[in-house]
Amino acid sequence: MTRYQKKLRMRHFYNQAFKVLLFLVIVVSLLVLVTLLFDIFRKGYQTLTWNFLTSMPSGRAARAGILPSLVGSLVLIALTALISIPLGVGTAIYLELYANRRSRFFKLLQLNIANLAGVPSIVYGILGLAIFSQMLKLGPSLIVGSITLSLLILPVIIVSSSEAIKAVPSSIIDGSYALGVTRWKTITGVILPMALPGILTGSILALSRAMGEAAPLIMVGAVGFVTFLPDNLLSRYSALPLIVFNWTSRPQEAFAQIAASGIMVMMIILLITNLTAIIIRNKTQSRID
Amino acid sequence: MTIKIKVENLNFYYGSFQALQNINIDIHENRITALIGPSGCGKSTFIKTIDRMYDLIEDTKADGTIAFEGINILDESTDVVELRKRIGMVFQKPNPFPKSISENVLYAVKRHGDQDKKDFPSIIENSLRKASLWDEVKHKLNQSAFSLSGGQQQRLCIARTLATKPDIILMDEPTSALDPIATSKIEELLQELKKEYTVIIVTHSMQQAARISDYTAFFLNGELIEFGETKEMFTAPRDKRTEDYITGRYG
Repeated sequence: MTRYQKKLRMRHFYNQAFKVLLFLVIVVSLLVLVTLLFDIFRKGYQTLTWNFLTSMPSGRAARAGILPSLVGSLVLIALTALISIPLGVGTAIYLELYANRRSRFFKLLQLNIANLAGVPSIVYGILGLAIFSQMLKLGPSLIVGSITLSLLILPVIIVSSSEAIKAVPSSIIDGSYALGVTRWKTITGVILPMALPGILTGSILALSRAMGEAAPLIMVGAVGFVTFLPDNLLSRYSALPLIVFNWTSRPQEAFAQIAASGIMVMMIILLITNLTAIIIRNKTQSRID
Repeated sequence: MTIKIKVENLNFYYGSFQALQNINIDIHENRITALIGPSGCGKSTFIKTIDRMYDLIEDTKADGTIAFEGINILDESTDVVELRKRIGMVFQKPNPFPKSISENVLYAVKRHGDQDKKDFPSIIENSLRKASLWDEVKHKLNQSAFSLSGGQQQRLCIARTLATKPDIILMDEPTSALDPIATSKIEELLQELKKEYTVIIVTHSMQQAARISDYTAFFLNGELIEFGETKEMFTAPRDKRTEDYITGRYG
């Protein structure tokens, strides 16, 4: 065997070894996830009925339902989207297309936004409690909950929208300017349409995160056990993570079961939103290509 | 012969680097002026000054005069949006918008909002005809511009520029990314275009300049070395450096 063949053999061996190693990494992380999901499914699928979805919570697990929390979560997320997406996308447009990129202020802003994305969610809860609940006297209301969640996910939306805007080729932007099209019409004409898939994906993923948050909502006074539906912006409300938290902290096995059903509901909603994100992305992308 | 654009004492800076030095040149109406010279000589920078595209590059500065219809293009007060409607630009690499063929042609027209909606079909047809693309795309106007070949995309970019009814068309090496057949199509097209428009074209290829242009300007290190009728320049260059360049001694 020549020296060259020997070396080639070693290279093949390393190549294979590394491939196996990477595969094992995937298996480990997936295995944990699958076990978790399986356990939840096993516990929860029996009690996940239409009745469960459409009933009020109750002290008796057999009669308890999830309706106020389900409606609460959906309304909360809708309001959060209405607040956070325009603010976040607007900020990203300003930062990427209007701000003087070399100014101190711009660098400070960028650093801060990146840092804000890493602030623990409970801190946003404290902020929401101090400013919106107490200073503005809005109390433990739906609107305070959605403003707080909006603040929480705003950095993520700004960063992902900025990245999407940055990814629009400058040759296309120059092409628009060279035709005597104004900056604003260039933004609405080519930049936003091309950045839209990225903006939507980032925003929907951020909203999914907000959907699963319990800590900041507890801070601003959302509760698990509510027997009415929110009917205005100042209503008290519940959300899915809170009722799940409420149920899991009870000792009876029956509540652990419906908690698992609650988690399933939450996951199905997340699955649907993420799926929507993918569909929207594919649709807008195919329109572009 | 009418002079369309008169450039006097033009200097241009990227930061502290002076990219153009004291340029004086007359651009004649309905003629093709070719700008030649080695890479980094300032020819692309020069056409960026004419439609103020350098505004988009940070830390740039121009002084001098580019007189066009009684205004100095370089003035702070020049309305660059209006200016760029009158002076179109075609880029080195085809850069159609990610839209349909007809939307590409109408892109600027719609956003300027100064032409009647019921004229849109005729604007599409006329622009594409002038860019000699109509026959190839008339049956698929709603298809994505990206479905076209590189040469067709470049002619589409010319068509969308024509749709804004410019006087002058600037071209920055429009054929450098194209194959010889697509290139010759664009060169033929230029001969048609110059009947209606004034064309300034940057080109890497001296042969192309010799084939298509009426006037040629030779740039070197940010200076305009020689400017004159193409015939004369290629047969009897006045400057030694021009002669060296066109005979292929460098560049």
